[in-house]
Amino acid sequence: MFVYADNAATTSVSRTALDAMLPYLTDFYGNPSSLYAFGQKAAEALQASRETVAACINADPKEIYFTSGGSEADNQAIVSAARIGARKGKKHIISTQFEHHAVLHTLSKLEKEGYEVTLLDPHSDGVILVEDVENALRDDTCLVTIMFANNEIGTVQPIAEIGALCRERKVPFHTDAVQAAGHMPIDVQAMNIDMLSMSGHKFHAPKGVGVLYAKKGTVLTNIIEGGAQERGKRAGTENVAGIVALAAALKESCDHIEENTGKIIPMRDKLFAELSKIPHSIINGSLEHHVPGTVNMCFEGIEGESLLLMLDDQGICASSGSACTSGSLDPSHVLLSIGLPHEVAHGSLRLSIGEYNTMEEIDHIIEVVPKVVSYLRSISPVWDELEKGELKHLI
Amino acid sequence: MALYSDKVMEHFRNPRNVGKLDDADGIGEVGNAKCGDIMRMYIKVDDGIITDVKFNTFGCGSAIATSSMATELIKGKPIEEALELSNKAVVEALDGLPTHKIHCSVLAEEAVRAAVKDYYDKNGIAYDPEKFRESEDPHEGSCGL
Repeated sequence: MFVYADNAATTSVSRTALDAMLPYLTDFYGNPSSLYAFGQKAAEALQASRETVAACINADPKEIYFTSGGSEADNQAIVSAARIGARKGKKHIISTQFEHHAVLHTLSKLEKEGYEVTLLDPHSDGVILVEDVENALRDDTCLVTIMFANNEIGTVQPIAEIGALCRERKVPFHTDAVQAAGHMPIDVQAMNIDMLSMSGHKFHAPKGVGVLYAKKGTVLTNIIEGGAQERGKRAGTENVAGIVALAAALKESCDHIEENTGKIIPMRDKLFAELSKIPHSIINGSLEHHVPGTVNMCFEGIEGESLLLMLDDQGICASSGSACTSGSLDPSHVLLSIGLPHEVAHGSLRLSIGEYNTMEEIDHIIEVVPKVVSYLRSISPVWDELEKGELKHLI
Repeated sequence: MALYSDKVMEHFRNPRNVGKLDDADGIGEVGNAKCGDIMRMYIKVDDGIITDVKFNTFGCGSAIATSSMATELIKGKPIEEALELSNKAVVEALDGLPTHKIHCSVLAEEAVRAAVKDYYDKNGIAYDPEKFRESEDPHEGSCGL
């Protein structure tokens, strides 16, 4: 049985998105910047997509900028706010320890340029406290950037509260909503969001297309220079077919949030309930503030990469925050930020479920994971010491 | 291209000599749980020959595969030969490892030496400490904890 349980990494392109985009690859392949009617046909599709995306998050179409994806949108939002701040002598930015690297690396670059960055620690349940944001705010704060939902543990942040606080203090607020868009309702006006990033392939559009929403009056700094596309703020011939697919996929996802959530939650809850029966396991992140599909757990005494390889042999696609899977030397910065010890963080497993998954697939995961964990423990010297009481159980 | 060679995956899926030896003559443990890999190697020695060897490993796919390969390479060999086992030989026998996984092969080499050292120590056998010196560039890519 093949089970794709890594929807937080990427999703399949939906039939709706594919049908919407195909004509713009084959029949209407004109350049939207061309004057003739054939090019304008593509320009019209772009405009319609802009309107669709805007409607999904309660924005104005003029506030929607298409990008190559979530990372580019994050980069542009942060750099833009930093430049606006610098002009007013404000060079302090507030963010969190467990942002995506698209945010963290952009912030490190700005730090080298002389900006000061405060990275807030999440609470151990993976949620940022609004009062921590409030306490970190300074007169020279030029940006607060806090993710909508965490990509590894799925915890949802108090975005509306942080938005209201930032609006009151007149500090621009950006949120990386890559994991939330299409899966949870987003209203940029009600939530007082000034800038927001999303990525098409997380909600059944193709890879390589994303959105930066920037509230009217936000002066964007170009990341890519060139032609006057996207009102001069993002050069390069538009990925018309990708954009059309993104709009179609976002609309379809947003129109079915309740229905999809209703399908996903029972599957997710069954995973949590059954996998928690594995001794010395822990669920990472608050279940109360959570995107529907993400399940993140740690199993003591084993290492995540070997777990993933064995699951792969059983047809299960999942991910882990172990150092070995990240290609870096440390385990996931997200798991460390919520206070997990290194030893435990190495044994993490992320399963992310989507509306296309079935209960039969969940049953397969529930059958396989405990067996694999128990096998890996049987050959683990760490588990051996834990069992003999030579090491203390951490979870 | 896949991350690992077929040989690595084969040893990962079907590790040789996995387990423990209750009557081991030498036990070596290297690595650190914080870094995400620990290898423990058990050897049985008869007449200067490693007659049996088993391992337990906590770690990634290549940590398990390199442990497995190292046990294969020393089983039935004289101790002196086992001490000559280099991480490069383990890597070659596995048809290569990704650069950031080379440290797993270093751990495997060190686990063998640690087990032999334990055997020497337990049996009061004199040895040249130089041979058990930490290698110059041991943990390429390890977390340094």
